[in-house]
Amino acid sequence: MPSSATPPVITTDKLTKRFGHFVAASELTFQVAKGEIFGFLGANGAGKTTAMRMLCGLLKPSSGKATIAGFDVYTQTEKIKRRIGYMSQKFSLYDNLTVSENIRFYGGIYGMNTAAIRTKTAELLEELQLEKEAKTLVSDLPLGWKQKLAFSVSIVHNPDIVFLDEPTGGVDPVTRRQFWDLIYHAADRGVTIFVTTHYMDEAEYCNRVSIMVDGVIAALDSPTRLKQQFGLDNMEDVFYELARNAKRKAD
Amino acid sequence: MITLSNIKKTYNKGAVQALNDISFSVEKGELFGLIGPDGAGKTSLFRILTTLLLPDAGQASVDGYDVIKDYRHIRNRVGYMPGRFSLYQDLTVEENLNFFATVFDTTIKENYDLIKDIYQQIEPFKDRRAGKLSGGMKQKLALSCALIHKPSVLFLDEPTTGVDVVSRKEFWAMLKKLKQEGITILVSTPYMDEANLCDRIALVQKGDILSIDKPAAIVSSFPGELYAVRAAGTHRLLQDVRNYQGTSTCFAFGDALHVTFKNAGSQPLLEYLHTKGHADATIEKIQPTIEDCFIHLLK
Amino acid sequence: MRQLITFIRKEFLHVFRDRKTLLMLFGLPIAQIVLFGFALSNEIKNSRIAITDYSKDAVTEQLISKIASSNYFDIQRTVQSATQLEAAFKKGDIRMAIIFPADFANDLVHTGKATIQVIADASDPNLATTITNYITRLVGDFNTQTALTAGRPLQILPEMQFLYNPELRGAPNFVPGVMALVLMLVCTMMTSVAIVKEKELGTMEILLVSPFKPIYIIISKLTPNLLISVVNLFIILMLSAVFLDLHVKGSILLLTFDSILFILTSLSIGLLLSINAKTQQAAMMGSMMGMMLPTMLLTGFLFPIENMPLPLQVLSNLVPSRWYFIIVKKVMLKGLGITAVWKETLILTGMCLFLFTISLRRFKIRL
Repeated sequence: MPSSATPPVITTDKLTKRFGHFVAASELTFQVAKGEIFGFLGANGAGKTTAMRMLCGLLKPSSGKATIAGFDVYTQTEKIKRRIGYMSQKFSLYDNLTVSENIRFYGGIYGMNTAAIRTKTAELLEELQLEKEAKTLVSDLPLGWKQKLAFSVSIVHNPDIVFLDEPTGGVDPVTRRQFWDLIYHAADRGVTIFVTTHYMDEAEYCNRVSIMVDGVIAALDSPTRLKQQFGLDNMEDVFYELARNAKRKAD
Repeated sequence: MITLSNIKKTYNKGAVQALNDISFSVEKGELFGLIGPDGAGKTSLFRILTTLLLPDAGQASVDGYDVIKDYRHIRNRVGYMPGRFSLYQDLTVEENLNFFATVFDTTIKENYDLIKDIYQQIEPFKDRRAGKLSGGMKQKLALSCALIHKPSVLFLDEPTTGVDVVSRKEFWAMLKKLKQEGITILVSTPYMDEANLCDRIALVQKGDILSIDKPAAIVSSFPGELYAVRAAGTHRLLQDVRNYQGTSTCFAFGDALHVTFKNAGSQPLLEYLHTKGHADATIEKIQPTIEDCFIHLLK
Repeated sequence: MRQLITFIRKEFLHVFRDRKTLLMLFGLPIAQIVLFGFALSNEIKNSRIAITDYSKDAVTEQLISKIASSNYFDIQRTVQSATQLEAAFKKGDIRMAIIFPADFANDLVHTGKATIQVIADASDPNLATTITNYITRLVGDFNTQTALTAGRPLQILPEMQFLYNPELRGAPNFVPGVMALVLMLVCTMMTSVAIVKEKELGTMEILLVSPFKPIYIIISKLTPNLLISVVNLFIILMLSAVFLDLHVKGSILLLTFDSILFILTSLSIGLLLSINAKTQQAAMMGSMMGMMLPTMLLTGFLFPIENMPLPLQVLSNLVPSRWYFIIVKKVMLKGLGITAVWKETLILTGMCLFLFTISLRRFKIRL
């Protein structure tokens, strides 16, 4: 659960990215607290990807300020990268490595020593009930397991924040919920979750949700309050209400 | 219009079973949905019906033509939108449409009426390269391209995957119109909430059909009673409800938990939750959704 | 027909919108020719040579100092004996050796005629020709000079011997080689990548599901590549004329005809490669590894085929570029006509038909 006592892990102030005359993300200002599950929604082409890339230190903002885990997105991108995890539906694990080799690889990237990797691997396999599959190639795992494993690997180095880009796309309903159990579990341990999704029921699982339309944050609040504010029953209708008049149709 | 009987398909010399004895049929003018997650065999099914793939066993026909023997006839009369974005990224919107019109030996003009509603939404961008379009726009262009030759059957493999809610709604509105034109549509989707927009659906998982019927009939076949439980702090609530001894199943659904009980009646749960500190907990009996049914059938 | 034209038009759009590939397509032949042009530059200075003087008389001393005073050569005085010479050649320490036989002075005095032995390392044939030419000229100068002072004509004849590459395959051979290599690479790679790209994009699925005939897909994929390759061919011919002063001696028509035959053969190979490749990278690797190496090694422009082990010689008969290389050499360099190349042309035609038929039949009408 978000706590107001500790300083926010993500702070942005009028964060903007321009490509020529095109303003992909305009004056984004928000804060995300430690351990918060923050849903980052938006229509296709609204600027979500651009915003995520700036926060991960992959893209230099045009103007505005932002700090991630206390580090500046302009000057301290290397430090940011050590403190964040990232998982997307498209790229997650190496298919031709086994489950434990993947964990080992990502642990190694973040400079964990062999002993730490070993204990972490055991812990992680137990949590996912994948002990028997430790030597299985990732390509032989069902998609749902892959996604769960990918998530666990993305937080193997105990990051402050993990960015999840449509993590549950195409996953069956039961696995999708198990995936969210993992997310809750990580959030309980204090990991901040920054997640994008096209499943609007998943938006309801977030502590707070922001909805981007045409490069700006059109709404930001808890799902309950957003529904109250718009007088609508569910997040899907809220999203539709906000995004249906979007002008921007191309990325 | 479309019939399949005992269709089987395996990959890697039988190691991967994609379709396991699938039989069903789709009526003329029907909007039929294949609902299931990745790996359910949806794409294999589409490829067999569009004559791109040969089944290992079984028969299938489209519009009266056999998918193996009469593949040329089928290729003349179906429209197909594969799962991946399948247009030329380096050609403009108009060039793509023109190209596919010519491939099907027709012109944009000839069948403009059919695609007008859809194409008009992307026409302002007709000189833009297809690769520069947003997900929703690509989808519309791909649909226009699949419709340009006025097919009698339309195959749409996950047309709404990765597309935002607004575009998805628009897309389904278009499908409804096409249905009114008398086009038979077979569409697949991993989004369970889209099932209700179909005339009939098949719930598929790992190459098997779990259930096949009208959405309402599938919903009414849900056994027992389903309750929605709500309280602040959904995650803690989830754990407490799961630990309650009378609970049979409990899954998160947006802001509520959908719960079934081992015995009829639900009242004791609220008291239990109150003792656990969920003072604001509420419970109500609800209609199951397709997703509830899918989860139930998965077990 | 309208369908086909539209399709071909689309293929051209793909080619022209992909600037990087376009640059590579036309940059490759230009770079090759220009590079060879510079590498084959005739200006050579300070080539290391060895001089062994078994005669040790006044004439040889004069000639040696004349050679030494020209700034073309850097004489390695320590290399003297036959074994030293051999070792130095092998290590590449010297490019040439001049040997004055023991009876040099004797012959010169009594017959007015003597020979010197010139041995050159011809593994770089161009360099070998150039430096032996210098020596011939120097000796010629020396002959006229001494004739004036001695009052009677002296004749010193350099006797040339080329090591490692006795036929002096060199500069002129590279152009046919480059032609074979560039056409082969561009055709196979472009074709296989173009088809696999449609598979990767998913557009192939739509095309197959359409009434569009597979043969049309093939024809439209091949047409732009055929045209590009013909353009490439003329660029190479023009550049070699301008940079390397190498003109087509025989019939341009015949050369073009045979080139198109070779291009079609390469396109068919590309088609075959594309049938099994699943990704563009696989297609690219297939064309690079599968085509570039055999073309480089077994065509005969880098390594003479007759010096190869028998199995490789037999194998080289299967490489289309080998026959094309022979045709180009005969037509372009020697100016021979169809009577000289009908056999190779026939072989190439056979290969072309065979490969094209196979690739047509193997082209999948399903996924």
